[in-house]
Amino acid sequence: MTAAFMDTPASSYLEVEDLQVHFSTEDGVVKSVDGLSFHVDRGQTLGIVGESGSGKSVTSMAVMGLHTASNASITGSIKLDGQELVGASRETIRLLRGKKMSMIFQDPLSSMHPLYTVGNQIVEAYRIHNDVSKKAARSHAIDMLDRVGIPEPAKRIDAYPHQFSGGMRQRAMIAMSLSCDPDLLIADEPTTALDVTVQAQILDLIRDLQKEFNSAVVIITHDLGVVAELADDIMVMYAGRAAEYGSAEKLFNAPEHPYTWGLLGSMPRFDQAPTDRLMPIKGTPPSLIQVPSGCAFNPRCDYQPRVGPACLDQRPDLVDNSSDHFVACHIPPAERQQIWAQEISPRLS
Amino acid sequence: MTTSDIEDTPPTDTPGPVRHASRTPDRVSENLLVVEDLVKHFPIKGGLLQRTTGAVQAVDGVNFEVRRGETFSIVGESGCGKSTTARLITRLLEPTGGKVTFEGHDITHLSDAKMRPMRRDIQMIFQDPFSSLNPRHTVGKIVGAPYKLQGVTPEGGRKKAVQDLLETVGLSPEHYNRYPHEFSGGQRQRIGIARTLALKPKLIVADEPVSALDVSIQAQVVNLLEDLQEELDLTYVMIAHDLSVVRHVSDRVAVMYLGKIVEIGDRDDLYDRPRHPYTVAMLSAVPVADTKRRHQRERIRLEGDVPSPINPPPACRFHTRCWKAQDLCRTEEPPLLQIGTAPHSEHKVACHFPVDPPASPVG
Amino acid sequence: MISYIIRRLFAAVLLLLVVSMITFAIFYLVPRIAGAGPETLAARYVGRTASADTVHRMAQNLGFYDPIYVQYWNWLKDIFTGADYNLGTSIEHCARPCLGYSFIDNTPVWPDLVDRAPVTFSLAIGAAFLWVIFGVSIGVLSALRRGSVFDRAAMTVALAGVSLPIFFTGLIALAFVSYKLGIGAAGGSYTPFTQNPAEWAYDLLLPWITLAFLFSAQYARLTRAGMLETMGEDYIRTARAKGLKERRVVVKHGLRGALTPIITIFGLDIGLLLGGAILTEKTFSLNGLGKYVIDAIDKQDLPKILGATLLATFFIVLANLVVDLLYAVVDPRVRTR
Repeated sequence: MTAAFMDTPASSYLEVEDLQVHFSTEDGVVKSVDGLSFHVDRGQTLGIVGESGSGKSVTSMAVMGLHTASNASITGSIKLDGQELVGASRETIRLLRGKKMSMIFQDPLSSMHPLYTVGNQIVEAYRIHNDVSKKAARSHAIDMLDRVGIPEPAKRIDAYPHQFSGGMRQRAMIAMSLSCDPDLLIADEPTTALDVTVQAQILDLIRDLQKEFNSAVVIITHDLGVVAELADDIMVMYAGRAAEYGSAEKLFNAPEHPYTWGLLGSMPRFDQAPTDRLMPIKGTPPSLIQVPSGCAFNPRCDYQPRVGPACLDQRPDLVDNSSDHFVACHIPPAERQQIWAQEISPRLS
Repeated sequence: MTTSDIEDTPPTDTPGPVRHASRTPDRVSENLLVVEDLVKHFPIKGGLLQRTTGAVQAVDGVNFEVRRGETFSIVGESGCGKSTTARLITRLLEPTGGKVTFEGHDITHLSDAKMRPMRRDIQMIFQDPFSSLNPRHTVGKIVGAPYKLQGVTPEGGRKKAVQDLLETVGLSPEHYNRYPHEFSGGQRQRIGIARTLALKPKLIVADEPVSALDVSIQAQVVNLLEDLQEELDLTYVMIAHDLSVVRHVSDRVAVMYLGKIVEIGDRDDLYDRPRHPYTVAMLSAVPVADTKRRHQRERIRLEGDVPSPINPPPACRFHTRCWKAQDLCRTEEPPLLQIGTAPHSEHKVACHFPVDPPASPVG
Repeated sequence: MISYIIRRLFAAVLLLLVVSMITFAIFYLVPRIAGAGPETLAARYVGRTASADTVHRMAQNLGFYDPIYVQYWNWLKDIFTGADYNLGTSIEHCARPCLGYSFIDNTPVWPDLVDRAPVTFSLAIGAAFLWVIFGVSIGVLSALRRGSVFDRAAMTVALAGVSLPIFFTGLIALAFVSYKLGIGAAGGSYTPFTQNPAEWAYDLLLPWITLAFLFSAQYARLTRAGMLETMGEDYIRTARAKGLKERRVVVKHGLRGALTPIITIFGLDIGLLLGGAILTEKTFSLNGLGKYVIDAIDKQDLPKILGATLLATFFIVLANLVVDLLYAVVDPRVRTR
């Protein structure tokens, strides 16, 4: 796609190139992900931000090879540690799941089987990829529970998920996904279902474990606060594509895409006394069957009239603006920076 | 008892909440709703004869008042009793004890029939815009339902009134004959809001009104609620867990923990000068969308989980997780008392050893 | 948990009492509403030629002049104490548990029931075995291949199975399998399991198939619906994300999750069938509890009907109890509640 992506050294642990995930339905083809590229290194955290329907969860499921429905079509390239996953056999991907890449989900209660003990589920995860006795797996599971901060792990291992609190369940879920020491952890809204003090505990835990395991982490969320806490890089998704992609510092301090501005303006500021009304984005996210032509964001964009027809009929590419800051927008970079500095930024602070 | 100082304060003495002037009603702040010693225990039955063996102490002695025209928010983590409180105020639940006074009328134990006229004045907005609308009814029927229930024929007819309401909440009058599934989440929440506005309520109790919505849509609904408040002289009681949204919309905020209010006060007092250790910890845990502050903010991490409301810790309920707890906290329950030096400070904290306020204002 | 069991047992006994009262009331009141007095009822037991005096004495001996609650109490008491019926010419003894005495056949009801029960039990248990295996596996396969030819074919057959009555499928099975192919007994014969297991199975093969067809269809539909639901659950996604083999995802995580409602229905179905599979027994002329009731109704033999009804109720109540207890075994969430 862009020169910079090709320049990225081959060492990136996860490299996604021009990923497309389409679902054919009775109403038409749903283009959930439509040309997406990103990469994550070991020891690095990528935050994928977007609203519902932006394609962020579909992307993570595609990486994990979890789109099993017969109507799903996945093209492009997903390379995990150099190994191509798109087109690989199901068995190949299955053997990587849980071992080299693993995932934690939003709702730890519904994500754990209600009828098996927490220990049983961790032991199962461990023994898929490790040929060890049940006893050894059990003591490993106790270690894992201990590691994620569950008190009295030897006792709690025999509890059922419903006997855990929300935070403890998410810890157990993390213990399970890390039991085989994966190098890539995908966390899909890991704290959305949790209370704020528990959320802080879980975010700390993810950060600490990443340091300890030196793993690559992809965190998917709608909460800009969560990515600001954890992510090194941030990708903002809209209607199945990346609107803006760059370092967290760039994204928060010099964002250049009108959608990113919109998100920041929509968000009530926690750390400042409110001075003004919120600045929501007008309209609603588009249908993924009939994505607006040109820039998918154009019907909701306040700046489209300034640019003119290009927004309506030409899909903007994700272009490197300055060092590793990619923006998919027809507004010329200089003008974008000016709009941010003069119009948006003052209203936000 | 803390209620007495609330009542004894003559309304004229209360300094009108000094916040963004645009929304402050100019009139004397008068109490629309007064809640005194509100208690709700859900009994737990057990044993051979199904006797009551215990109770979930969902709400356990809560006092606050809501003033006409303000937005009063109750925050806290799941299980703290904030939603139960909302349902007690609106009498969707029968209080176990205490008193709820609305416009001077005691509505605590009103029968359904006597409560019905009150329901015009007190309306509720729910969290889930998907499940709170009947999928088989048209928008017109849903929004017009309150007229039917109350047997009211609005001026100009029901259809006209409903269409006006739809316009008020930013929908089109042509949506009258559509069904809920044809709308997005944000629009459904607007439909729900239109329904609550039908009978021109005085008080709207909103239980997590925006938490099921996407960020950009959430902002639209927050703005709508603010506009409606100004246009229609509404008073809001907002139940929310999103502390950023609460800071944005509220005039005054109460923090609940395990069925009790631990801190209550003016929005800025509470956010800038939190005094209860729980409030301090909760506020410090909120992730802030600002990478520059990532490493600056001082974090207080609470250990463990919220204890069960069936057997809450004695005395101060927070002592099991509090880093400032001393013996006194385990033996004597701290009353909710005024704190701060300002003569009319409304900042109250239930803590034996409140946290010192920061020397310089935060932010 | 123990107090829960005790409470459930208590409720079960209470339910049995209520059902017996209702049954008793129906069968003793209905003839009276139709205009039959104690003498008319008693006349049935002494024959048409008996004198009015004999009839009167008979009615007195049998307590037909007593108010209904006294009659009910006596009937209830007899269950625990046994009873002697003075028929004038002889005194018939009805031993404990005396569920009544048929004056038409001059036999106590209980030994009859004990005699008939093995047939019904054999029928129900054998069929249940078949329908669980076939129903559940067809349901699982259908759910996994939703929309496929297999799914559509299976569900069409299942719909037929649910809709077609036993006496129809039973006769078809008799005509084709037994008469044409010569497999299985043509009905009417029963060999006790203890006597010859092979013959026992051979005799019951057709009724089993017929009954299992009906239930397999229900279970296939139920399993399919349950599997479709559980396979969409978040925990299935988690199981896949762990790298589990698909077969294990389906069986250990999917089926296990879908099993709870199936166990419930299974318990109730078995309970219902143990009281008598009326249509199947009638179709295949099996002398089980179901046929016993049918015959008794034909002859208006009230003590028999009452006894069989009470026994059937007992099985249903028992099945309910077992299902509830099984729930706690199957679902840990129930246990801690």
